[in-house]
Amino acid sequence: MKYVALVYTNPGAFEALSEAERDELMRDADAYHKEFTESGELLSGGVALADPSTGKTLRVRNGVPAVTDGPFAEAKEQLAGFYVLDCESLERATEIAAHDPAVRFWAVEVRPIMDTAGAEM
Amino acid sequence: MSTHSEVEDLLRQLAPQVLGTLVRRYDRFDLSEDAVQEALLAASVQWPERGIPANPRGWLLTVASRRLIDELRSDHARRRREDTATAQLPRDALVAPPPDGERPATDDTLILLFLSCHPALTPASQLALTLRAVGGLTTSEIARAFLVPEATIAQRISRAKQRIKASGIAFRLPPEPERADRLRVVLHVLYLIFNEGYTATSGPDLQRGDLTREAIRLTRDVHRLLPDDGEVAGLLSLMLLTDARRPARTGLDGALVSLQDQDRSLWTKELIREGIALVTDALTRRPLGPYQLQAAIAAVHAEAARAADTDWPQILALYELLERISPNPMVTLNHAVAVAMVHGPQAGLDLLNTLDGDDRIAGHHRLDAVRAHLLEMADDRAGARATYLTAARLTTSLPERRYLEARAAKLRDDHR
Repeated sequence: MKYVALVYTNPGAFEALSEAERDELMRDADAYHKEFTESGELLSGGVALADPSTGKTLRVRNGVPAVTDGPFAEAKEQLAGFYVLDCESLERATEIAAHDPAVRFWAVEVRPIMDTAGAEM
Repeated sequence: MSTHSEVEDLLRQLAPQVLGTLVRRYDRFDLSEDAVQEALLAASVQWPERGIPANPRGWLLTVASRRLIDELRSDHARRRREDTATAQLPRDALVAPPPDGERPATDDTLILLFLSCHPALTPASQLALTLRAVGGLTTSEIARAFLVPEATIAQRISRAKQRIKASGIAFRLPPEPERADRLRVVLHVLYLIFNEGYTATSGPDLQRGDLTREAIRLTRDVHRLLPDDGEVAGLLSLMLLTDARRPARTGLDGALVSLQDQDRSLWTKELIREGIALVTDALTRRPLGPYQLQAAIAAVHAEAARAADTDWPQILALYELLERISPNPMVTLNHAVAVAMVHGPQAGLDLLNTLDGDDRIAGHHRLDAVRAHLLEMADDRAGARATYLTAARLTTSLPERRYLEARAAKLRDDHR
């Protein structure tokens, strides 16, 4: 089963950490990545997102496109990146994500990815 | 000139033989497996262009041996440099064997299967290693089939081989007292590979569908090597009878079609004939196991020309037996359907209710999907609709969600 781990942070979150905390975070993130890549459960192709203020949001209503800047940083939590786990169960995916240092500072949401395969009933 | 598929078939058939010979000679499963993989890759490039060599097995053995010897030499040198224990190479290890010098007396396929499906490995590693070491697939083919990056499959295989090496697992058949249990693991891995392929729908999933063919091919090999084992024959029969339905299980638009609604004229008759013959013989063998019984149930479905002709009392009797020898919640679910078809929907719902407190299936969409079907049979339209929608929320399969939502929508529309 494949699961996506969505990493949420707060605006300015990284900057707010002490230098020691930042070093610890980077070190632990590398170790996390290495451990679960080697176990064959953390897939390559994880993505870190630029600050939301650098993006655009698109909507088309009644055929009229509207493009707005942002979202801006008023949000308490923002999506900072994501990666995919391929493992036995949601329990295992949660157990793996618990080793992500991001969970100690912010939050990681683990959700199943829909599969294009299916059994007839 | 030879076609790619001719070459591919030949390579997949020769892969375990060449690997077995190398492991017997050099006693290094991990390095031999890499060497064979490289020889297969070289052959898959060269043979379609230059033609299949006169002695393909000898060709692979020579190329793989050279690779392995290079590896052993550098390994040997490294160890000497590091001044650790003296390398324990056989005296003739650094000399390439004659091209086709040693044909093993026994087929090594079975030993390789037991090794690849060793209980010390994770299921994901068992699947990947089985397909590569026994099936002769390349890492990239396996990666495409499982929709994961190639590097991930390579990691799983190398992790599995490290584990085998560290555990000191020998290259021989497991001792007799363990063999039945170990065979059960092998059959389970083959069934997982089969299902991974069978449940693939269409389009981008086509590579994944090839897994069905590989699982059947490997199970045929096991059946050839263990012709008297009823469960092996049962599993092969179950695969063939299930695969026979493949042309009917999805509609033109890729939507799932239930067994009840399938156009049975599309079922593959040769597969049904072969599957029925296999299970008929397998059922005379003891002890009876879950694959024999599931194949028998699939055979009863296959024998009904129309869904309405299905011999449900016989299916019910088979599920009662299956529930006795191999009780698990998935069996109970299907058993409940058979109960409903014979004794009415309420009796089926009563059986389903016994699963409500069962942690092994709590929150699983199949429980709600079956309950919804039985509620619909009982004409509880509101209950059925709500339960289909619960099942649709719980499934992680897009075509299943689409199917369940369509059933729910139909109940709403009919009601208007």
